[in-house]
Amino acid sequence: MTHGTLNLVGYGLSAIGPAIATGMIFAAYISGVARQPEARSVLQPIAFLGFALAEALALFGLVLAFVLK
Amino acid sequence: MRSFFIASSPGFVPPSTNDFNLPPSIGDSPYSTKPIFLVFLSVILISAFFIAASRKAAVVPGKLQFAGESVYVFVRKSIGEEIIGHEFMRFVPFLFTLFTFVITNNVFGIVPLLQFPAMSHVAFAYVLAIFSFIVFHAVGIKKQGLIKYLSGIAFMPGVPKFVYILLTPIEIATFFIVRPLTLSLRLFANMFAGHLLLLVFISGGHYMLTNDHLLLKILSPFSFAMGIGMSFFEFMVQCLQAYIITLLTALFIAGALADEH
Repeated sequence: MTHGTLNLVGYGLSAIGPAIATGMIFAAYISGVARQPEARSVLQPIAFLGFALAEALALFGLVLAFVLK
Repeated sequence: MRSFFIASSPGFVPPSTNDFNLPPSIGDSPYSTKPIFLVFLSVILISAFFIAASRKAAVVPGKLQFAGESVYVFVRKSIGEEIIGHEFMRFVPFLFTLFTFVITNNVFGIVPLLQFPAMSHVAFAYVLAIFSFIVFHAVGIKKQGLIKYLSGIAFMPGVPKFVYILLTPIEIATFFIVRPLTLSLRLFANMFAGHLLLLVFISGGHYMLTNDHLLLKILSPFSFAMGIGMSFFEFMVQCLQAYIITLLTALFIAGALADEH
């Protein structure tokens, strides 16, 4: 664990992008549902798909933070 | 900065990846670790629940039948029918099995005494992704023929010729490497990170409670409370990940079934 800290700083930096992306995806989803509530069932899988894709990047960073020595 | 934390907390061992390597239960056999037993337990529990729920099926459902049917209808309607379209019934058994298997194994992560998500070992997640990979490619090849399916992936129609230099490698990598890899790593990393998060708060709380400093003893309930709060958060993440892996599998199947790629 002597090299662990800098990895976690790097992970923190790499999580900024996915965090902004997730926020934008759900902001778009919420405003879409607010304008057209009946479109909810159409938008929901799309929103979660986008969320899953953006989140995957953050999780790759997390895995690499543990794997890289 | 690091030496400051070390000096202020002698003896505290932060949880690491080694906490996931549980020792074998029976002798030295590597096939007798906790995740393996949990996977078997999940299969038994799922089978028992759904056999019990569907054995005395009636027009007016009882409580158990209602519970079983609402899970089934959720997968069939919101994942199968809405994503795949008119051919969805062939894939409902696979999607339903995937969903119940993943959600049961994930929720084991916060069930007292079990408290270990099997999917936090990447091998289990890889196997699920391989199943999904085989299914969606087999569906595409069966529907369109091998040559047409592969050329549909490699040469997306309706694109200017010179773009293929860039697009073909990306599309091939997406279909054969990125899709199965992200499918498994997303599930694995979520479960891994969630279990590690709970370990941090609970083992940190335990360390503070058993510390000699009175202040740390007094503050330790906050760490345990945080652990409990995070358990509820984890429950949400566990359900969401089971939904997402099933949703993505359904989307891949729908993409393979679609005529124009």
